[in-house]
Amino acid sequence: MADKVLMKGAEAIAESAIRAGCMAFFGYPITPQNETPEYFSRRMPQVGRVFLQAESEVAAINMVYGAACTGTRVITTSSSPGISLMQEGFSYIANSNVPCVVVNVMRGGPGLGDIAPAQADYNQATKGGGHGDYHSIVVAPHTVQEAVDLIYLAFDLADKYRMMVVMLMDGLMGQMMEPVEFHDWVEVENRKPPEWATVGQGERKERNIITSLEILPEGLEKMDIALQEKYRKVRESEVRFEEYMMDDAKYAITAFGTVARIAKTVVDMAREKGIKVGLIRPVTVWPFPYEVLEERANQVDFFFDVEMNEGQMLIDVKLGVNGKRPVYYYGRLGGIVPSPEEILKEFEKKMEVSK
Amino acid sequence: MKTLYKMPEAITERPTTYCPGCPHGVAHRIIAELLGEMELTKKAVIVWPVGCSVFGYYFIGTDAVEAAHGRACAMATGIKRAHPESFVITYQGDGDLASIGIAETIHAAARGERITVIYVNNGNYGMTGGQMAPTTLLGQVTTTSPYGRDARANGFPMKVPEMLATMDGPVYIARAALDSPKHIIQAKKFIRKAFNAQARDLGFALVELISSCPTNWKMTPVEALERIKNEVLPIFPIGEMKVNEGVA
Ligand SMILES: Cc1ncc(C[n+]2csc(CCOP(=O)(O)OP(=O)(O)O)c2C)c(N)n1
Repeated sequence: MADKVLMKGAEAIAESAIRAGCMAFFGYPITPQNETPEYFSRRMPQVGRVFLQAESEVAAINMVYGAACTGTRVITTSSSPGISLMQEGFSYIANSNVPCVVVNVMRGGPGLGDIAPAQADYNQATKGGGHGDYHSIVVAPHTVQEAVDLIYLAFDLADKYRMMVVMLMDGLMGQMMEPVEFHDWVEVENRKPPEWATVGQGERKERNIITSLEILPEGLEKMDIALQEKYRKVRESEVRFEEYMMDDAKYAITAFGTVARIAKTVVDMAREKGIKVGLIRPVTVWPFPYEVLEERANQVDFFFDVEMNEGQMLIDVKLGVNGKRPVYYYGRLGGIVPSPEEILKEFEKKMEVSK
Repeated sequence: MKTLYKMPEAITERPTTYCPGCPHGVAHRIIAELLGEMELTKKAVIVWPVGCSVFGYYFIGTDAVEAAHGRACAMATGIKRAHPESFVITYQGDGDLASIGIAETIHAAARGERITVIYVNNGNYGMTGGQMAPTTLLGQVTTTSPYGRDARANGFPMKVPEMLATMDGPVYIARAALDSPKHIIQAKKFIRKAFNAQARDLGFALVELISSCPTNWKMTPVEALERIKNEVLPIFPIGEMKVNEGVA
């Protein structure tokens, strides 16, 4: 780790990706994430790497797909409407078993919506989005430093499992200035393409073919089962979450990303009033930390799920709690960020109800 | 003994899945011959399309990827930018390239992307059963233009090489036909220049190959080739439309 520097989230993730060995960026402008491609456009040529502004998100994700087929660390960043356009590509990438990283700086929707911070693409990111039985690993940072850290993890996991890793953020985190510490540069310049990469057969004994197509149902079922087996391993080994003040908690708030950051303040405010509440914050929203919720259901009176959507993660929280305790929900829509005071007030109402 | 005939090295042993009389096999053979002659087989990555040639990687033995419908030029861009030492070819039908993938094609051309595009135009969507394509001739009956393509309702046939030849990014643009030995020999000459464009790092190159689809045209293979000569080539004339210095 090096010295701390003060940086905007949108730029910090780009710098972190570059240090993590990202060799290529492909993307299309969309608010609220333009500072990220702009930063890449300045920095990538300086370090002899690829920056390309694509003609659309459809093209961008297929450029990512192509670069991923060469085993190169590659990234795209976009925001909700652009991410919708990329879904076809995500599905192909999944069934081709190639690694890449995608950042979604979520904004209010549906449709053109607005450009304010939101979390309404949770379902799209964690449940698929494109066609077919597939998943991507989905990480959700709640601070700029964590985003910087998770970009490293994202590239590592993408390479390890040869799959797409999505980072869910929102405009608030992109605009936030925070002191961050970057990790050591990953040495990639002298890296050889992996054995499976399609870069030309060269000296390799066998040629490589990367395809998501298998016309025989029996063959495709085998491919599908292999994918599910990979997802099983990911579920087993890659669940990440944080618990805040949960040791003695009588109540648990659940939240991810920006809302989780606010929820920490809510927990602190409540604790000052003598209310024993804690926070369970999924860091990976896929795979989701169901087990911790099931365990904490033995300890707390109820769960209080807060999101900037209509309760999308709520379904996963309920799956984890599995009916053992009530799960309440509070959320804001349309790109409105709830204040700590507002969340605390709603939480206290639920305390009344549950008495 | 003198060898008069030899299968190109890059052609695999696998029998093709194409209909009798389909010229896709001829196009494959030209590409394979040139890869061998120009010693590019081991450097090549072919981006195959969605269409009848979706299984092309079974027939030409290079590293290969299978693109989503229309996205070949974007995928090829990603491969070439990430790994410039690779020799990147896309092989696309007229539905794939001129309809769903026209944006990717034009922008790859505009960027002067160092890729080679082989564009096989058979005037319809072969794989899905012969629907109308952007290249379908006026009056031509297809399964989705049952009364013949009508300009008012369906617009006019698209001439992609003519369009791209107006741009600065491409260094070589040509149209050839697969209807006769003479034209096939010419097609190979054109594709050689298109390969040169990439091998010499000059820019984007595209060769359209006018092809037939006996099955969906409901013709014998010979009738279909005659239709190319009599009906298609007058609308889609063959020739070189852009030849920059250095590609010859
Ligand atoms: C997104 C998407 N839309 C539609 C299809 C269905 N489809 C498969 S092949 C094809 C047309 C191919 O026609 P063309 O590119 O002319 O190639 P040909 O089969 O004639 O060689 C279509 C529409 C698809 N696979 N994916």
